[in-house]
Amino acid sequence: MEHHKKHIELEDIYEIRLSGSGGQGLVFAGTVLAEAIGIYDGKNVAQTQSYGPEARGGASRSDLVVSKGEIYYPKATKLDLLLALTQEACDQYSLALKEDGILIVDSTLVDQLPLREVLGFPFTQVAKDELKTPIVANIVALGTICALTKIVSKDSLIQVVRKRAPKGTEELNQKALQLGFELARKRKKKDR
Amino acid sequence: MEEKIKQKEQLLLQGNVACARGALAAGLDFFAGYPITPSTEIAEYLARHLPKYGGKFIQMEDEIASMAAVIGASIAGAKAMTATSGPGFSLMQENIGYAYMAEVPSVVVNVQRGGPSTGLPTKVSQSDTMQARWGTHGDYNSITLAPSSVRECFDLTVRAMNLAEKYRTPVVVLMDEVLGHMREKVTLPQPDEIKVINRWKPTVPPEWYQHFEINPHYVSPMAIFGEGYRFNVTGLTHDPLGFPTARSKEIKDKLDKLRNKIEHNVNDIVQVKEEFMEDATCAIFAYGSAARSARQAIRMARQKRIKVGLIQPFTVWPFPEVYMEHMSERLDMILVVELNQGQLVNEVMRTNCGKTRIRKLNRYDGEIITPDEIFHKLREVR
Repeated sequence: MEHHKKHIELEDIYEIRLSGSGGQGLVFAGTVLAEAIGIYDGKNVAQTQSYGPEARGGASRSDLVVSKGEIYYPKATKLDLLLALTQEACDQYSLALKEDGILIVDSTLVDQLPLREVLGFPFTQVAKDELKTPIVANIVALGTICALTKIVSKDSLIQVVRKRAPKGTEELNQKALQLGFELARKRKKKDR
Repeated sequence: MEEKIKQKEQLLLQGNVACARGALAAGLDFFAGYPITPSTEIAEYLARHLPKYGGKFIQMEDEIASMAAVIGASIAGAKAMTATSGPGFSLMQENIGYAYMAEVPSVVVNVQRGGPSTGLPTKVSQSDTMQARWGTHGDYNSITLAPSSVRECFDLTVRAMNLAEKYRTPVVVLMDEVLGHMREKVTLPQPDEIKVINRWKPTVPPEWYQHFEINPHYVSPMAIFGEGYRFNVTGLTHDPLGFPTARSKEIKDKLDKLRNKIEHNVNDIVQVKEEFMEDATCAIFAYGSAARSARQAIRMARQKRIKVGLIQPFTVWPFPEVYMEHMSERLDMILVVELNQGQLVNEVMRTNCGKTRIRKLNRYDGEIITPDEIFHKLREVR
């Protein structure tokens, strides 16, 4: 089998799904992550979205496929990383995770966990407590993902969040990102 | 950092935005449309950027009016486009027919979603393939282009604008939800690398001018309304001056002209992209986002030493007949993959005339077909 791998780069694919419900900013988070990984970190990336016809509510998700080679099929199928911001998303997608895949959930909103290793963080609660709004929970989560997994460099993510944040929310989003980094740091300390 | 990125021109772009940028690069002057998922980002982008290039953006009251405005703008000399999805495409059909009859250069982008009717606003489909060919009534020949990547969205929109101007006809760009909403890393060509075609203007004195002149090119020069050339524009079947006719010869001449300007130029219009076809004994025929899954499936099959290649028609219409006739003779099997219940497969079968085995694989549940599905089908039918 070894020599076939040279022919084609179907290996080396990293698949990410950011999931939750409409209005939680998952497509935005996906776009930010894709730009940081693709343009600033220089890997190949394809980002797609899946959502219902509603403006708010309903299932919503954003898939990223990251690879050093060409990306053909643009949806995530065997997940290396799943972020679930709602119980429904966690229930629906945790089975799509690879055995060694990472599951990160918002512990504010997800309390029934699958039988596997789960990393829970109170993204929404922290955003509400520290920044007085739950709407930046997506960016808090991005910060945590970045600090935990190294799929994206910190510098790139900071730059893209600054660039893509809607006017007037730049500072709010930077703070959210820092909160996300902080959550991961605390967790690492605890683990030690 | 910013500098470095600018030099490399690498961008993370959505298919819809690439389409809008392609239109701008090809010299778009006018856009009229009505927002509809999953095409809305095209209108959003052009609303913001088209005025900067001196163009006009109008949000109309509906899709019927949008297509009417595009026709009016084009007759007045503007390069004009609209973008929509299935339900809007249906509403536009009456005026698209008018544009075929009155030979008005125009581009209609259809970012397909599930149908019929309002269907699935946010889900992928390729079920408007036949509508792009036969959507409006009457005899006419359609040009329809189908991209499969963000870069191809850019390139084929440029090409659609050029073909519309060159052949004085509506051109459809057939995208789909996955493609329209997908973001990919792309490098766009510089303006000087892009070939832009402008419509053929009359050189005769105004009193000799015939707006629908019959000539060996089958394409008539087109004067701008209000520049001193007098002509009549109507949806009624007309003579070379544009006035309604009931004379058999003039009727036939007009309909022959509509057909011949496409049929006699298929070599200029038709484009097919091939992958791994040099030594292929069988092939997957796929277009649009389904071609992406096919690409991966082919690589999976090649790992198993299955000699399969990809046939991806950039021009869905006119259908690449001569090419496919040739492929039918050469290949043992052609697997046609579509996100509908089977539309273009009928054309493949028609041109095949029983020469080789044609198999089809269809998915129409709102999701893009996976490489695994194609690979398993391929193993089963090859």
